[in-house]
Amino acid sequence: MLTIRNPKDFFTGLLLLVIAAVFAYGLTELRIGTAYRMGPGYFPMVLTGMLTIFALILVVSGFRTDGEPIGEIPWRALFIVTVSIVLYGITLKGLGLVPALALTVLLSTFAAKKWDAKAAIGVTIVLVAACYGIFLKGLGLPISPFGPWVGGY
Amino acid sequence: MDIISNLAFGFDHALTFTNIWYCFIGVLLGTLIGVLPGLGPVATIAMLLPITFGLPPVTAMIMLAGIYYGAQYGGSTTAILVNLPGEPGSVVTAIDGHQLARKGKAGLALFTAAVGSFFAGTVATFLIAGFAPPLAAVALTFGPAEYFSLMVLGLAAAVALAHGSIVKALAMVVLGLLLGTMGQDLYTGAPRFTFGSTEFADGIDFTALAMGVFGIGEIIRNLESAQVREPIKSRLRDLIPTREEFKAIIAPVLRGTGLGSVLGILPGGGAVLGSFASYSVEKKLSKNPVPFGKGAIEGVAGPESANNAGAQTSFIPMLTLGIPSNPVMALMIGALIIQGIVPGPNVITDKPDLFWGLITSMWVGNAMLLILNLPLIGIWVRLMTVPYNLLFPAIIAVCCIGVYSVSNNPFDVYLMAIFGVIGYFLVKLDCEPAPLLLGFVIGKLLEEYLRRAMLLSRGDPLVFFERPISATLMILAILALVLVLLPSVRKKREEAFRE
Repeated sequence: MLTIRNPKDFFTGLLLLVIAAVFAYGLTELRIGTAYRMGPGYFPMVLTGMLTIFALILVVSGFRTDGEPIGEIPWRALFIVTVSIVLYGITLKGLGLVPALALTVLLSTFAAKKWDAKAAIGVTIVLVAACYGIFLKGLGLPISPFGPWVGGY
Repeated sequence: MDIISNLAFGFDHALTFTNIWYCFIGVLLGTLIGVLPGLGPVATIAMLLPITFGLPPVTAMIMLAGIYYGAQYGGSTTAILVNLPGEPGSVVTAIDGHQLARKGKAGLALFTAAVGSFFAGTVATFLIAGFAPPLAAVALTFGPAEYFSLMVLGLAAAVALAHGSIVKALAMVVLGLLLGTMGQDLYTGAPRFTFGSTEFADGIDFTALAMGVFGIGEIIRNLESAQVREPIKSRLRDLIPTREEFKAIIAPVLRGTGLGSVLGILPGGGAVLGSFASYSVEKKLSKNPVPFGKGAIEGVAGPESANNAGAQTSFIPMLTLGIPSNPVMALMIGALIIQGIVPGPNVITDKPDLFWGLITSMWVGNAMLLILNLPLIGIWVRLMTVPYNLLFPAIIAVCCIGVYSVSNNPFDVYLMAIFGVIGYFLVKLDCEPAPLLLGFVIGKLLEEYLRRAMLLSRGDPLVFFERPISATLMILAILALVLVLLPSVRKKREEAFRE
């Protein structure tokens, strides 16, 4: 039985193998060509090959060398931060900058280890006001402050 | 004198009201964000990139350069006062700088850092003015084979200097290059790796990648281990050193400037190498009764001069060859490309206003730092203690607004979120994201030169070893990689990074 002795190397290798597989799939649609007249797929093919080799070396090294454990992953923070950003992308056009940013900022505050209602609401208000002033009024970004979902334009 | 007239021409462009204003804003914003917990120069520049896209190229580059010095200076300030270097270039500053601060000599350390940086910046400005044009002239004779080899050397050096595993660094470079190939093929226009989606038609947005990996990924990492920052409450009024102290810093500043300037030009160099090298040199030469590590002023003067000199001379390969020597320069190149300028030796002749304006503005920016920072130090100290729980929502907000504003496309916001997660996991798995960014930025150019060189040689890869310049560069690149893989060097390298 093989045991994973170096988890960091092993999982890096695994992650890279998955990425290499995705690119390898994408390569099937591309003309490779020759070294003389390279097609769109030639350079990416070489790179995908190199990535696969490095990934395999890392997987092997995961079994053969000793390394530290990966350590705890802050899943909660990871999830909340990601969702709050995605939420901004989804709601911006509909809600407009002010409500969308308020939602994003408020949600993101939950990623902290200890959530404090006063601080969270305070930081949301201050940030939204500051961003409205700096980015819409100051820099004149073409984003509407209130979008069609809340009766704006 | 060519240099003088060129510099005068540059000052004409750097000293317009608009450019001075944006230089000032850049330096101020850079320092402001640089002293905040958890934000180094790369994250700061990545975050502020989109603001500069609407500006004319000269002004945008001047502002970005200002942000860079500002952030670096901010990093030194936190290194001295809280023992938390915000960026790798000021790691060694923290060793003795913080000890000085603990002895109540924070003012002296800060003054030394500021003056040393300013002096180094001044010298480096002249060096760039003197060396960049001839280097660009040489580069103009380069064919595609030389360019390809030069870029390979740059990437090899980045790998050799990356922390941790060489294989991982190599994998990161290749992954960066591969991500860079997404989007339309330059020659045939064929869509590559778009997986049927129109969102990938132009490839991955550079800002989304940089902000995700360096901004958002960093946040998740910081939330994992909330650091407690207690700045030293020492008297900051005693800024001006005594005569003896002043004498003690002159030689280290000079040596640091020299070392930093030379090491900054090397591919893979930049601010970091110089500061480490300078620290070990000063440690060997020191006649100070106070041992290094216990608050020797030379340990601040040398490395601080070196990192600023290196930060500045690392612009030389970027401006003349279009090769980024570190992640900051990769961001600069990304910004140039977005501005519609192809980085390379043609910049000096085609865009002299950009080139000379930027160089002279570096000196202006350094002067501003000196004037701005010493009186404002009280404000910076207060900013250092901003709780991270209030800070990270602000970073998220700025990144969201910024990345969206680049092309008003929500897809870039999602991409940034994805790269945030990827960036977090890469660092967690001990993979440095810097080589990935370098690869991503020069990927398209590297491929173009490779394809051109192979067309000219009719598919013979030996062309890279037949032309003398190209062969030299290639051999250097191979040497760099072989050397770090040798067991004896490997051990030393690991020790050096641990220090």
